[in-house]
Amino acid sequence: MFDQSISTLAAQLRNKDISSVELTRYFLDRIAKLDPQLNSYITLSEDVALKQAAHADTQIQHGDASLLTGIPIAHKDLFCTAGTLTTCGSKMLNNFIPPYESTVTGRLQNAGAVMLGKTNMDEFAMGSSNENSYYGAVKNPWNLDTVPGGSSGGSAAAVAAGLAIAATGTDTGGSIRQPASFCGITGLKPTYGRVSRFGMIAYASSLDQAGPMAKSAEDCAHIMQAMAGFDDKDSTSSETPNDDYLSNLNAPLTGLKIGLPKEYFGDGLDAGVADVIMAAVKEFEKLGAEVKEISLPNLNLSIPSYYVIAPSEASSNLSRFDGVRFGHRCEDPKDLLDMYMRSRAEGFGQEVQKRIMVGTYALSEGYYDAYYLKAQKIRRLIKQDFTNALQEVDVIMGPVAPTTAFGLGSKTNDPVAMYLEDIYTLSVNLAGIPAMSIPAGFSNNMPVGLQIMGNYFAEAKLLNVAHQYQQNTDWHRQTPDMAKGA
Amino acid sequence: MNWEVVIGLEIHTQLSTKSKLFSGAAVGFGAEPNTQTTLVDLGMPGALPVFNKEALRMAVMFGHAINAEIGMTSVFARKNYFYPDLPKGYQTSQMDHPIVGKGYLDVTLDDGTTSRIGITRAHLEEDAGKSLHEDFHGMTGIDLNRSSTPLLEIVSEPDIRSAKEAVAYVKMIHSIVTYLGICDGNMAEGSMRCDINLSLRPKGQEEYGTRTEIKNVNSFRFIEKAIYTEIERQSDILEDGGKIVQETRLYDPEKNETRSMRSKEDANDYRYFPCPDLLPIELTEDYVEEIRQTLPELPSQKAVRFQSEYKLSEYDANVLSSSRAMADYFETANSQVKDAKLTANWVMGELSKTLNQEQLDIAQSTVSAEAFGELLIRIKDNTINGKTAKDVFQAMWLGEGSADQIIDAKGLKQVTDTGAIESMIQTIMDANQAQVEQYRAADEDKQKKMIGFFVGQVMKASQGKANPGIVNPILAKMLKG
Repeated sequence: MFDQSISTLAAQLRNKDISSVELTRYFLDRIAKLDPQLNSYITLSEDVALKQAAHADTQIQHGDASLLTGIPIAHKDLFCTAGTLTTCGSKMLNNFIPPYESTVTGRLQNAGAVMLGKTNMDEFAMGSSNENSYYGAVKNPWNLDTVPGGSSGGSAAAVAAGLAIAATGTDTGGSIRQPASFCGITGLKPTYGRVSRFGMIAYASSLDQAGPMAKSAEDCAHIMQAMAGFDDKDSTSSETPNDDYLSNLNAPLTGLKIGLPKEYFGDGLDAGVADVIMAAVKEFEKLGAEVKEISLPNLNLSIPSYYVIAPSEASSNLSRFDGVRFGHRCEDPKDLLDMYMRSRAEGFGQEVQKRIMVGTYALSEGYYDAYYLKAQKIRRLIKQDFTNALQEVDVIMGPVAPTTAFGLGSKTNDPVAMYLEDIYTLSVNLAGIPAMSIPAGFSNNMPVGLQIMGNYFAEAKLLNVAHQYQQNTDWHRQTPDMAKGA
Repeated sequence: MNWEVVIGLEIHTQLSTKSKLFSGAAVGFGAEPNTQTTLVDLGMPGALPVFNKEALRMAVMFGHAINAEIGMTSVFARKNYFYPDLPKGYQTSQMDHPIVGKGYLDVTLDDGTTSRIGITRAHLEEDAGKSLHEDFHGMTGIDLNRSSTPLLEIVSEPDIRSAKEAVAYVKMIHSIVTYLGICDGNMAEGSMRCDINLSLRPKGQEEYGTRTEIKNVNSFRFIEKAIYTEIERQSDILEDGGKIVQETRLYDPEKNETRSMRSKEDANDYRYFPCPDLLPIELTEDYVEEIRQTLPELPSQKAVRFQSEYKLSEYDANVLSSSRAMADYFETANSQVKDAKLTANWVMGELSKTLNQEQLDIAQSTVSAEAFGELLIRIKDNTINGKTAKDVFQAMWLGEGSADQIIDAKGLKQVTDTGAIESMIQTIMDANQAQVEQYRAADEDKQKKMIGFFVGQVMKASQGKANPGIVNPILAKMLKG
């Protein structure tokens, strides 16, 4: 049952084959049995879940249900959920119970989805392995000695292991796509501004974007249908009307123009991963797509640009965690400065402190032009690269990450190697375009994700392309052995 | 040494929007701590700012009023620093692209001289909360009601050369923002606060001296006194061959001194950068022009009109137009009285005197402009004389009724009946025969002096109600015999 699609489960709920309360209990039981191996949840919201499930059952009873009514999902622990602990993976917020609901979780709740709990993540969404969580690392369900990717590692592992039907994630530099790739699930990072950021604890405001993580493109489309759209509480949210993400799923791919950026297939790309990607591209050719090589010449500048812009914004966004109003405050502060310094030194982990310092430095007088302004200029070049390329092709495909999931602890002492993990994902955030990761095969028994990038607000197109692939392959239906153990 | 003072002012004006700059919370003074706040003002994780378009309209109005370039694209920037009453750890302000660019004001001093003060820029920013140090037993209380209240920071060029000029400039800004209705102008409640940048240089020297900044001065009088005090402090140091330290200072009105808050070395690096949560504000020509069209008459325009329309003196016109409330009061009253000089004299005289005594603003006058006009009509039509009118006004002020009600109730109507006045004079002449004889024997010059005695007697007998315009000719005629 844990590997059923949303539409199948919705039909079973409507037919009263199962109730939402039963479905919810089933998932809570699975979490209790299997999650100790994974650590994918920080908080289980059992009471909330069962209450929502009972409400969903009433709605179904009254014939007043949407497709998501009664479907148990999980939320990354950086969405504020009224009355439910929201830690952002940090000690800083280990006592933070938000007094309000984020737009994303609120919309999903209104659509009838049941919240099982809050998933583990790299602290403040800073990381590519989920090893930066105050609440412990998350394990990859395909191999418990490897990482699930990050920062939405908990959401990816939970969905892959069947501990939630779907989950929300956020993607600032690859944080939905890379864990989706590592865990063999489907994830979508929408266009910047497509999904409201209201109630999402900010890492880098100009890059952060929430999106769905699920077993299939179709399930992602169901979640998107509920979570996307203009929100007057977020000034950067787009007023462009939402597409219908479901109605176009079955459009044929005949004549689809796929661009393969040569920079995505150069040095550093694992040969096994490259094989999987090329096999997937062949599959698309069989479906009638045309493939051509393109160039995104400034790809190599995306890492330095991202690692100036994101930490700069983060250094400012994280200033509010000062021990004054909420979150961690040190014991017996001597004076104000002591309170600030110790609260922040104790509350933030190493990676967060590092990025705050990098960002503070980049914005400082005398360095601003050389770092922040320069990075913004590069950002415009990268955006231009995509705009140019997407005039020639409909979608761009390539790997999500250079390798499959790596070993726990294998890169924690090599920050540059860790940052290079994001080489294929960062530029998408800098440009603000949408992109997906879909399961495309295995290399050394570990899942490999194919990245599909599209033009602004082309989510429906991406979901259509992904869905057509998934209609003709079964990589997305593979389940890790540990998930079958309960 | 002959020193020249160089002053530039930064005036923080609180815009009188209904809600805050970036949240829907109400703006108000004196509410219970932390009751006028939303998630945004509290700096809650995940909360996002939404820009209040009303503040934008007000800023553009101000830009027009000071003849400024309007920033067609303006950008909010974050000013980062830690302070307990700054909930986000940054203040959202504007840096490189302010909403109002270069403009100017022509400021007239009491002696009639006019000087042009350049305005560098005016930008929108949010206010911080308040730290409360009393009543918390060694701890600090934080009140975030003021957090995210909209401010327009108006930055002048260093064009001001005296304390008087500074005060005249601030008064003019005060009068403009209250005219525009974009600020309540209540300085005691902090609706206008002023930072004073001041330096001295030897007269004739082009280069500026080292300046100090005096923070947060909040009354016209304190601005003047703070400037005098700081000039004296700086010139004492310079005369003794010392050097001015560039620093931020605080003015203490009780001790009438400024003292150091922090030096330049301690100054923050604010790490300004464009706020990624807010899009740049893009204005259209139509929008800017539409606001220009709806701009109310400004004080300087009004003063010119008062001179031409009401034939008032320049002085009277300037005084009456200095505040919109006073100008409106004058015009409302005069629309009934239709004697601008009489109305002007009474508004600037008896009314202003009483308001000053009670320390009230004209908007708080207990006598409305309409009621005041009715009183002046009774002077104009000779129902009462000016002296009686002052008593009637005081009664009106105390709420005893309208001018006519009070005149009736107290029987203050002037006696204009010539028969009654003649018989009154006859009685007085009969009782003072000796004085009448003396008068008749005197020459014309002496008579002019002596007639005052009889006028006084008539006024006394009539309890002040006799109309002097009628009494005088009758008296002169009857005394002549």
